[in-house]
Amino acid sequence: MSERTIQTERPWSLKNFFFQWEWFLVGLFVIINIINSFLSPYYFTADTFLSTPMNFLDKAFLVYPMMMIIVLGNIDVSVGSIIALSSVIMAVSYNAGLAMPAAMVLCLLVSTLCGFINGFLQAKFKELSSTIVTISTQIIYRGIAYIILEDKASGKFPSWFSFLGWGYVGEIPFIMIVFIIFTVLFAILIHRTRFGRQLFAMGNNSTACRYSGIKTENMLILVSTIMGFMAGITALFLTSRMGSTRPNVASGYELDVIAMVVLGGVSTSGGKGRISGPLLAIFIIGFLNYGLGLFNISAQVLLIIVGILLIVSVMLQNLRLGKQGQKSGAKPR
Amino acid sequence: MKNTRASRLSEYSRELGLLAFIVVLALLFQMRNPKFLTLSNLKDLFTNTAILGVLSVGMMMVLLTGGIDLSIGATIAFSGMVTALTVSANPAISPLLSLLQGMAVGLVIGVIIGVLIAYCKILPIIASLGMMNIVRGLTYLVSKGKWVSAYQMSDSFKAISTGTTLGINNLVVIAIVIYLIFSYFLNNTRTGRYVYAVGSSPETADIVGIPRRRILLLVYATMGALAGLAGVLWVSRYASAQGDTAQGYEMSVIAAVVLGGVSVSGGRGKVSGIILGTILFGMLNNALPLINVSPFWQQAIQGVVILLAVISNVLIKRNNDRMTLRKRAI
Amino acid sequence: MKKNIIAVAMIIAIMGMILPASVFAADKPKYAIVFKNTGNPYGEKQLEGFKVGIEEQGYEAILRAPELPTAEAQIQIIEQLIAQRVAAICIVGNDYDALQPVLTKASKAGIKVFSLDSSVNPASRLTHVNQADSEKIGQTLIKAASDMAGGKGEIAILSATSQASNQNIWIDFMKKELAKPQYANIKLVKIAYGDDLRDKSVSETEALLRSYPNLKVIIAPTTVGIAAAAKVVTDKKLVGKVLITGLGLPSEMAEYIDNGACPYMFLWNPIDVGYLGAYTGVALVTGKIKGAVGDKFSAGRLGNYTITKAPDGGTEVLLGPPFKFDKTNIADWKKVY
Repeated sequence: MSERTIQTERPWSLKNFFFQWEWFLVGLFVIINIINSFLSPYYFTADTFLSTPMNFLDKAFLVYPMMMIIVLGNIDVSVGSIIALSSVIMAVSYNAGLAMPAAMVLCLLVSTLCGFINGFLQAKFKELSSTIVTISTQIIYRGIAYIILEDKASGKFPSWFSFLGWGYVGEIPFIMIVFIIFTVLFAILIHRTRFGRQLFAMGNNSTACRYSGIKTENMLILVSTIMGFMAGITALFLTSRMGSTRPNVASGYELDVIAMVVLGGVSTSGGKGRISGPLLAIFIIGFLNYGLGLFNISAQVLLIIVGILLIVSVMLQNLRLGKQGQKSGAKPR
Repeated sequence: MKNTRASRLSEYSRELGLLAFIVVLALLFQMRNPKFLTLSNLKDLFTNTAILGVLSVGMMMVLLTGGIDLSIGATIAFSGMVTALTVSANPAISPLLSLLQGMAVGLVIGVIIGVLIAYCKILPIIASLGMMNIVRGLTYLVSKGKWVSAYQMSDSFKAISTGTTLGINNLVVIAIVIYLIFSYFLNNTRTGRYVYAVGSSPETADIVGIPRRRILLLVYATMGALAGLAGVLWVSRYASAQGDTAQGYEMSVIAAVVLGGVSVSGGRGKVSGIILGTILFGMLNNALPLINVSPFWQQAIQGVVILLAVISNVLIKRNNDRMTLRKRAI
Repeated sequence: MKKNIIAVAMIIAIMGMILPASVFAADKPKYAIVFKNTGNPYGEKQLEGFKVGIEEQGYEAILRAPELPTAEAQIQIIEQLIAQRVAAICIVGNDYDALQPVLTKASKAGIKVFSLDSSVNPASRLTHVNQADSEKIGQTLIKAASDMAGGKGEIAILSATSQASNQNIWIDFMKKELAKPQYANIKLVKIAYGDDLRDKSVSETEALLRSYPNLKVIIAPTTVGIAAAAKVVTDKKLVGKVLITGLGLPSEMAEYIDNGACPYMFLWNPIDVGYLGAYTGVALVTGKIKGAVGDKFSAGRLGNYTITKAPDGGTEVLLGPPFKFDKTNIADWKKVY
């Protein structure tokens, strides 16, 4: 029997490098910016690129943990409700006398707890899909926010609190700095730690992982808890941008965040994805929304566009991975 | 002999438990407000729940296949709006035609979703979320931001929901007819059984030769058609068509179905169960205002009800599986 | 190789930068109005009136509304308007306070900010265009209810969910009015919330009718609520026994005014509100007024207006008294809005 070498990696070629999804996204980003510049003569200033992201970066904090959840093959539609609940509790407790920094910590605690509950329910009741668990918690968490605050608003935060969402450090918005820090942290977590590798492994085949000794239940709980924590961060920035809060804030956030993750090349069947994709997708969708707004597109058309965008991105992923899947002989989920 | 009787009871244990729960709850509500168990209130309850019932049947089939459809609220709004606009422009149109028109509109949407899920392999939650947006946007566009009001609707159109057949309100009659049709379909036809098969094990269904994708398409198309029908009924009932009609209603439908014992992972559920689930849910909606529960509690209660229902479904299933295993003990 | 590709991409981007700047000529000043949400015919009429008013004066109007009636959606829109360097923003607020940071940013950018219909806090606005005196609305509705009830009996209120300030302000004034001695025999038994949802408003009305069999009048200061309540009363053949009044759209209520379920109701013309807003905006931008008490300006076909003090500490412009709709005029108005 003659010896054969089996290739474990596809040979690197220029064509393969550029056919990566991320370059497509870069191109898309450039195109959108070019189109936007036609819509507004004041577009290409540093101010545009630095301050426009302030509008959507609060959502962006959710994209990394959502990516982890989707890599696992799950989904989480309760993030908007977690934001609402933790924001409402922060506002109410501050107005009841709690010091602002403590209220902010409380916000993070509440959101982390909500995320933990999501993970716990999914781990203990594995028969339940993440879809139904997070749909129920979505209703419950926002429902609790309504019980607490009914249809009123709560706010009147100290003036320094608005620095979070509106402040600049030098020329760069504070929120962008925080975002960059989290990007680096998550990039390391997902791509350079054992945790990250286990994440992808679980996404591909969680049964095999369980039998190999990976504590799949704990991973699930941990990932959901991280999601909860980041939802709390989003709540802080969103509330800061508005200066007050209500139980109905952050409705529809889950759709936008999932769209960003999926557009970023993370497959919903799990096990695949790179953080650079969602990172680009955040800015693509953010600037797309902004550009459409410059064009004064009506809300109804915007709805349709976002819906189409979501569906088309997933279809593109499936097409793209369908081919690769056939090559490597992976089973469809 | 004892085994079969006990096992049959356990099969229906869920339905019996639900029935008992309904009775207990009804008594509690009655104690808080004696107007609850009056004929007129019950008539209101059933009329309001009829639309929910029509939708539950469709959602049940969707859940049976392990999927979900969050776009039905938007479909209701869209088909309702289209039908209402048609009636306002052609008041002479027969109500039957309006019903068919609504169903056709819903059917088209359902087919699109079905194709996306079955043939483009998009996750049901994402496909339906995306379509929800698209259809809702279309509703606003088609209505040009206006509402269709009562005076623009013909009397015959409005009478769809206020008229009676054989003494029972039309809406309830329609709901009963739909239940009967689909109960027969799911329990007594081969295609109906295929729906269960696809849900409980998609891979096996493929291997065995069941046309899985066509079944999925059928299920979502049916859901769409029923949502379209519900849209016409809704607009007739409230004599108004708005752009944000039925926003969020899909959650209520899912709640009712899940309460009725349909498993969200697919493959399990009975029509008898969802009848009870729908009634229970309708009862909650009807009774909570009567007993002065603050409306701001209602959302949280709805969510807790769903969660408890799905968890209890899981626990019951685990118990059943254990019992089945025990029966096989050598 | 990789570097070349990147260079090409950069060049395209830079060309994109240079070209468009030269394409633009000077534009007409743009006036923007942001409503609460889309798909609301009342809002559409306001936008329409605004557009007519702005274009009459020779400027360009931008009409925006978010899909969901939330504050953060309006913040996004306002940011986009700031980027378009509009001359003025007329905001119908989804939240009294939450828009303050972004509206302050707009003011700092030189944009004149004022609110309409649903106000924002005085720090965020130069002035507020109010469709009618909130106190008068409360007084008018209570008087109507009392008259319909024959001077004594039980009444109830069916409200919306009041995301914005309106309904609660009116209800507060209604309660104050009820405390007056001439209404001693009128009892307010419940305030129900229909969430501005058709089906919920129907259930709440049915519950009211059931729980309070002696109910004489339902006041619904919300267009969805009043139509839903009127339909329930009609369906249950309680026309004449339980009367409905409140604030409603003529188109929605035509049927029920004709059949007697609602003898009369009130509203104001949203087209006029938007129109007044347009003239207020232009007056602010051209410097004719500054938004202070006593400022006077002319509002086209509506005549002259003076800015007055608003109950919340800021200033406001009042359109006029609420308009009464009944059998005599509903046929004309139902086609308008």
